[in-house]
Amino acid sequence: MAQVRVTVDGVNYADDVEPRTLLVHYLRERLGKTGTLVGCDTSNCGACTVHLNGQSVKSCSVLAVQADGGEVLTIEGLARDGKLHPVQEAFNEHHALQCGYCTPGMIMQAVDLLGDNPDPDEREVREGIEGNLCRCTGYQNIVRAVQSAAQKMKPGATADAQTPASVAGGGN
Amino acid sequence: MIPAKFDYVKPASVADAVRALREGGDDAKIIAGGQSLLPVLRLRLAAPSLVIDLGGIPELRGIREDGDRIAIGAMTSYYDILRDDLVTQHVALLAQATETVADNQVRHRGTLGGSLAHADPAGDLGAPALALDAEMVIAGETGTRTVPAAEFFVDYFTTAIGEGEILTEIRFPKYTGWGSHYEKFNRTAQAWSMCAVAAAVRVEGGTIAEARVGLTNMGTTPIRAAGVEQALIGQPASAEAIRTAADRATEGTAAPSDADAAADYREHLARVLTGRAVLAAAG
Amino acid sequence: MTTTAEPTTTPSPEVGKARVRKEDARLITGRTRYTDAITPQGTLHVHVVRSPLAHAKILGVDKAEAAASPGVIGVYTATDLGVESVGLPCAWPITPDMKAPQRPLLASDTVHFAGEGVAVVVARSAAEARDAADLVDVDYEEMEPVLDMEAALAEGATLVHPDLGTNENATWVFDSGEAGTGGSVADAISAAEADPDSVVVKRRFRQQRLIPAFMEPRSCVVDPTGEQMVIYAATQIPHILRTMTTVTMGVPESKVRVIAPDVGGGFGGKIGVLPEEMLCVALAQKLRRPVKWTETRSESLLAAHHGRDQIQDITITAKRDGTVTGLDVHLLADMGAYLGLVGPGVPILGAFMFNAIYRIPALKFTCTNVFTTKTLTDAYRGAGRPEATFAIERIMDELAVELGRDPMELRQQNWIPHEEFPFTTVVGLTYDSGNYEQATDQAMATFDYAGLRREQEERRRNGDPVQLGIGISTFTEMCGLAPSRVLGSLSYGAGGWEAASVRMLATGKVEVITGASAHGQGHETAFSQIVADRLGVPFEDVEILHGDTQISPKGLDTYGSRSLAVGGPAITMAVDKVIAKAKKVAAHLLEAAEDDLEFANGSFTVRGTDKGKAIQEIAFATFMAHDLPEGMEPSLDADAVYDPENFSFPHGTHLAAVEIDTETGHVDLRKYVCVDDVGVVINPLIVEGQVHGGLAQGIAQALFEEANYDEQGTLVNGTFVDYTLPSAADLPSFDTAVVSTPATTNPLGVKGVGEAGTIASTPAIVNAVLDAVRQFGVTDIEMPTTSQRVWRAIQEAQGRATQETPVDTHSPGAGLGSIDPNNPQGEVQ
Repeated sequence: MAQVRVTVDGVNYADDVEPRTLLVHYLRERLGKTGTLVGCDTSNCGACTVHLNGQSVKSCSVLAVQADGGEVLTIEGLARDGKLHPVQEAFNEHHALQCGYCTPGMIMQAVDLLGDNPDPDEREVREGIEGNLCRCTGYQNIVRAVQSAAQKMKPGATADAQTPASVAGGGN
Repeated sequence: MIPAKFDYVKPASVADAVRALREGGDDAKIIAGGQSLLPVLRLRLAAPSLVIDLGGIPELRGIREDGDRIAIGAMTSYYDILRDDLVTQHVALLAQATETVADNQVRHRGTLGGSLAHADPAGDLGAPALALDAEMVIAGETGTRTVPAAEFFVDYFTTAIGEGEILTEIRFPKYTGWGSHYEKFNRTAQAWSMCAVAAAVRVEGGTIAEARVGLTNMGTTPIRAAGVEQALIGQPASAEAIRTAADRATEGTAAPSDADAAADYREHLARVLTGRAVLAAAG
Repeated sequence: MTTTAEPTTTPSPEVGKARVRKEDARLITGRTRYTDAITPQGTLHVHVVRSPLAHAKILGVDKAEAAASPGVIGVYTATDLGVESVGLPCAWPITPDMKAPQRPLLASDTVHFAGEGVAVVVARSAAEARDAADLVDVDYEEMEPVLDMEAALAEGATLVHPDLGTNENATWVFDSGEAGTGGSVADAISAAEADPDSVVVKRRFRQQRLIPAFMEPRSCVVDPTGEQMVIYAATQIPHILRTMTTVTMGVPESKVRVIAPDVGGGFGGKIGVLPEEMLCVALAQKLRRPVKWTETRSESLLAAHHGRDQIQDITITAKRDGTVTGLDVHLLADMGAYLGLVGPGVPILGAFMFNAIYRIPALKFTCTNVFTTKTLTDAYRGAGRPEATFAIERIMDELAVELGRDPMELRQQNWIPHEEFPFTTVVGLTYDSGNYEQATDQAMATFDYAGLRREQEERRRNGDPVQLGIGISTFTEMCGLAPSRVLGSLSYGAGGWEAASVRMLATGKVEVITGASAHGQGHETAFSQIVADRLGVPFEDVEILHGDTQISPKGLDTYGSRSLAVGGPAITMAVDKVIAKAKKVAAHLLEAAEDDLEFANGSFTVRGTDKGKAIQEIAFATFMAHDLPEGMEPSLDADAVYDPENFSFPHGTHLAAVEIDTETGHVDLRKYVCVDDVGVVINPLIVEGQVHGGLAQGIAQALFEEANYDEQGTLVNGTFVDYTLPSAADLPSFDTAVVSTPATTNPLGVKGVGEAGTIASTPAIVNAVLDAVRQFGVTDIEMPTTSQRVWRAIQEAQGRATQETPVDTHSPGAGLGSIDPNNPQGEVQ
């Protein structure tokens, strides 16, 4: 067993884990963060994407012990103070998800992408999410959503766009 | 999806890591960024008894100017390489190749040293390292030694890193003012290179004065296209001259055959892509 | 209390509105419940030990070391569980003499495909189960695999199931001459052969094997700790699974509750009664504790059912003026080692679609299903109809080449003009509505067909290294599966109806229960829109319940683009019954005759007065039941079951432009335009999303995906490294649009959209690829048309010999690089 101390979605945890425990399994099985999903075993699908110390990673490709001392943000911690992140909002508005299985990873990767490139063109979005597979949408609406979120997140975007809907709302 | 059990240590210094490696014996495995190791562990294609994490050694990370060299710590991530001005200015080809590696998430975790030590012939960073005459700094029990890239890649997944040794730094000569391009060809964005060509050229008054060309996935190691380099020198930087020189791209190669590309197709690609890479570099 | 009805500010209708989905709120925040997230207290974890060999005798299974491994509760073979005689169901015996082998839960004597389960390990944790599985030692005696369909049918072939005496599962024939629905193809062919003014074009097409590759790996949790055994499953078919659990395992249907929680995609791939699900039932019964099985992606690719895999021999006859006179279709369809739930019927679903949108006077369809030692095949998005559409749209292009005609013009000459609807086809189906001219005109204009043809001509003239190809697919499909009597005539083992219930809650909210089972399609939103309009309640007040047999006891689930076309009318029928009951109450409360009431926008008003009652008020009054009409039960709730009388027939025109780098063979999809007629559109946002996703899958068949086996019968594409799904960076944006001729076969006028994009797009792409390179003498390229295949086709057409491609050799890909998961070497040795 090895000890891991990690902050996940703003909460501090200290746990003994087997060194072989993947970060994604730690999140799902120990912390109950089942919003982060597993879609493959070869690092292709990106469904398990979370942020580790501010950067997107595939949490199947990080050992929990490697995250020791780090800060993890999952899809479950993305909305702040009851407000959806603009990328979450845009995914809803642009019908960028169907079955929802790739969605947590896709959103986390899109958020990372916009951090690096606040105004990506279509090609840049497509390449920015190339590590995340979706089988439902054909990606078109995902690309639209990411570009739309980019516009909303621009400094000086309209106040309306900066006030995301309530997380709990759901009654769109 | 669940690796077999292993022990884990996270040494705080290179010396400690070397010691752990020696004590761990044959079944110890180093984890750098882990982006190649973890998939293999998840599928249980390997089952080391001990995993030694280099993530706790800060001096292995970072990029610095060292006289006429750019020195890159082995644990420097692809992402950091891509964002570094020294690399962009003096070793642009490395950045161009790095940009094509895998995807954003992998580039956040994956490291230059990890990639080179893994020595997958389809990996994208071997060809530029070889073409650019990088030097590998390798630490062992008795200190460090330096191995030129030409001697570093030994075989399929095999390098000059000996037992109990660790790759700590990669040093690149400066190619300030050279033109460069990495031309990669793959089946889907996620697939690795069927074939790729790393090219850097120095053009003087429309004539190619110097050229460096490396090939990805054209043998069991990255391959230096020495014939192409020779043929380019003194030639005008024209499409026709470059294409003629590129015809020598397959000299010394041993192209693998796989589902995406049988050897003859791969050889054909090597010639076409070499022409394109050099032309873009010269452009 | 009589209130005055609100002044009628008619709300804008919900149907047709681009509503964003109400189901998204959970999915974008991670507040989800996919099956693997369900872990009742005390859950045990199951790992299946699978055969690495395709065909082998099992000489022995040594479980001792595994059983002694930490945390292991038990290691079981079929015999240990007493399930060796259990067979999984096939619900579609396509012919009376169809050969059907037992499909066991675990192989006992003989393994019939690589990936078949041999034993299960049950342990406290998934990791412990996985560890112990490595310690189960199975002794195999390898047998010859059966891999090639034609060889499998030859005299003396190794038999997959010797007791059946043949590798032929069944041969199913439809002959329009014999059926009396059209002429004789044999006559058409001999007439054409004898006529210098006619042509006969024969081609062989290969439908490669595909893998549905839903993003959520399959999973089930069986919890035996209550009165009912609860099965949570990542399935498209909770209702069918419930019934089949009874049929398979003998558990009384009333003691089984199946819940399909959030389901991460299916595409036909989650229509199945799985050995793993039934093993979990057996284990839960035996161990009296909840058990969970979740597959890895590699297991999924290996053991979940595959799709397509046909050899298609197509003969078309036509007059030299372009008039098609006959079509002969001869298929070999690979069933794999066993029969899936509807596997043998999948090619038959295509039988009626080979004539597509054309007036073909004679058609014969013959399909022979073949057993091989491969993973079984079953439904995959489109199921039979993509295969049919591919064949007809490819052969129409071949005919156009033969006749020197523009491929679109040839199609126009042969298709059914819109004024001839309803039109009864050569296979006896009645196409109720459609307008091929309208969809085509719009698509051609958006695409700039003439402009692209000019550019193509220019590039050819200039010998441009990048050549342009234009591909057409004018398709139709039969969907809305299906009229029960038609299914009966095809010997299908169930009906095709769908059920719905509407519950009016005391506070005016509405619960709608559907037997359709969503797994990403957006049922909650689309059905809410329908109910909101019909019942006159706010969209937000409608709750759609599904996917749990205790909540929705009756249903036939989701596949075959049926949810809206069949499930939708069931809902409106139930709503109408609610309104009829409410009307009685309203009349009573308003002291008016029922005939004097009118119902609009959710309110009953007395004609000619301002007196009225909202449906919510009626619901509350009914709940109170203080003052109801004499003899009336205090309930407005209603159930309905809808059985369609006909299929629906969406159609569309799809146009693709590809650029081919002739130096490398690389195909770049430059432009894709489609105009689809899916009937009445309930929600354009959802329709567009379905088309996008469908296109991506159809295009992936044309360009990216294939499942191959090596000579030993091992699946080569057993991980996402080798089974190459396209990423966002591999696809362009599509230009999609809809036109609408309402279906007359259902009261909503809808046609279904789930499968359209997949069915239509594959031949458009392949036709475009060939259109670009025919000038070099290329006549065909097998799918997927990878850069290597295109390059090789050009070389060979120009007389240059090229090498064989080792399709069984791993190509470097994500995560693994050059390390072959089937044959690890190098550093991992």
